[in-house]
Amino acid sequence: MRSYALRRVLQAVVVLWAAFTLSFVILYLLPGDAVLAKLGGGDTATALTPEQIAQARAEYGLDDPWFVQYGKRLAGALHADFGRSIATGDSATHMVLTALPPTLAVAGLGLVLALLFGGGAALAGTYTRAKWLGNLLLSLPPLGISLPVFWVGLVLVQIFSFQLRVLPALGNNGPQSLILPAITLALPTGAVIGQVLAKSLRTQLAEPYIETVRAKGAGRGRVHFGHALRNAAIPVLTMVGVVAGQLLAGSVVTETVFSRDGVGRVTTAAVNAQDIPVVQAVIVLAAFFFVVINLAVDLIYPLLDPRVRCDPAVRVRKELVHG
Amino acid sequence: MAELIAVRTGFVLRRPGLVLATLVLLLVLAWALAPGLFTHYDPLSGVPRQKLQAPSAAHLFGTDETGRDVFARVVHGAGLSLRAAVSAVLISLVAGSALGLIAGARGGWLDAVLMRFMDVLLAVPPILLSLALVTGLGFGTTKVAIAVGVANVANFARLMRAEVLRVRTGVYVEAARAGGVRWYGVLTRHILPNAAGPVLVLAVLTFGTAVLEISALSFLGYGAAPPTPEWGSLVAGGRSYLASAWWMTTLPGLVIAAVVLSANRISRALEGERHD
Repeated sequence: MRSYALRRVLQAVVVLWAAFTLSFVILYLLPGDAVLAKLGGGDTATALTPEQIAQARAEYGLDDPWFVQYGKRLAGALHADFGRSIATGDSATHMVLTALPPTLAVAGLGLVLALLFGGGAALAGTYTRAKWLGNLLLSLPPLGISLPVFWVGLVLVQIFSFQLRVLPALGNNGPQSLILPAITLALPTGAVIGQVLAKSLRTQLAEPYIETVRAKGAGRGRVHFGHALRNAAIPVLTMVGVVAGQLLAGSVVTETVFSRDGVGRVTTAAVNAQDIPVVQAVIVLAAFFFVVINLAVDLIYPLLDPRVRCDPAVRVRKELVHG
Repeated sequence: MAELIAVRTGFVLRRPGLVLATLVLLLVLAWALAPGLFTHYDPLSGVPRQKLQAPSAAHLFGTDETGRDVFARVVHGAGLSLRAAVSAVLISLVAGSALGLIAGARGGWLDAVLMRFMDVLLAVPPILLSLALVTGLGFGTTKVAIAVGVANVANFARLMRAEVLRVRTGVYVEAARAGGVRWYGVLTRHILPNAAGPVLVLAVLTFGTAVLEISALSFLGYGAAPPTPEWGSLVAGGRSYLASAWWMTTLPGLVIAAVVLSANRISRALEGERHD
């Protein structure tokens, strides 16, 4: 167990380093130029003298050779310092971290709703004896995956804010403003959870031990919720690790739709300004969440299922790719 | 022959959803190829006097704030949006399959290095990875398509590698090798055709995801510059008129959802076929 945990922690550190390097390669070596974007884009930039542009580059350390830049950035990143935002001059880490609480509030509520939606559809769909109802409930997750998230958000605003006038359409004011963004965020996530749980419930219900439990006289509810669900929930735990990172990514779209402040808005603003340090900070933060949550899931896993010795996160994702 | 046709019609009739899905994709493809056949309105310039009209027989999807026909903009936008989605799928299909094929066939340290690299790509959510690429590459439909394509490479690489590993141990591969076929002959004529099936199913599925991701990036404003119609930016354009003109966001969004649902339905059917 000790060596298993140690190996997992080491892997997590490697993934973080690799995510940093990947974002460095994408952001620093590709042709986009934040300095030109800051100095006013296309037309005005040509009006500047080459000396002025070179000076601005030197100010952000963008004129060093790539390996010097990489070394400096990596040393900074080890202290959670991703440099100053080119657009605003603030610390990139500070900008992202101060924007985090409202995003986490929506993501947290979204995760709870996703578990309710997905878990509810999968459990009720496999439990009901009415075939049409089961088919209907189990067709909801594939539907949820196919809907554009931004469109769902706008339709919800139309219905609940403009037609029924029960919930606010925009902004960060009070707990009511959390509801619509959280539902929007929960829909695709809940759909993924629903698909995984339904599939794994069906597999478990076909296992011989279920037959044994039935033969011993357990009722349908007890078989379903007491025995099958307990084993079927294990892959869902892994999925929670995988989708938690997606919740952060989903906030990019939902925060634009609902004009909320948060990491998503910071990200879109940074992409618009080609503000490399901020984009990099967001990507490393997303990888950090992914790694930490998966680490937690991986460490809980052997406690729930002593058979586990291989990487569960990778295994479930492979199953997803294979359908 | 007649029996075969009877079996096929039975197969099709038992799957009305699949027929509908195919029809939706064919219709959208026709929009992309010959938009003029489906609408005679100009997608770029409108009649200001007819602005913000609700859907009617004359304007199926209503009109927008400058009096342009929304349906015409959806039809004319199909070309750009579909081309972007297809390019994205081709990029991830070709690059991912090549990487997976090399990793699976060569094995050893190359396999280990390539697959660890793919694991890192999977650790960053696809939309954030695409956003990083857009930051580096700049804006525009082609660049968005490249960004989405690269973000999906890892899925193809993993699947192709798994398939190659499955196929590689086959007796016929051994026989071909023993018979003196060179390594690239074994790879292209024996391993690739037998490993390709599930990868192509994934390509159809990814087409749906690519339509979603590209429209999301276009919604955020990183796609084509206005007034060029593109599905995601059409939905974004209706945002300021949510309260007064529901059709400007709802109907183009429904078209996107229908295309994605259809692609998913077809990929599920193809996957089922493989198991039958």
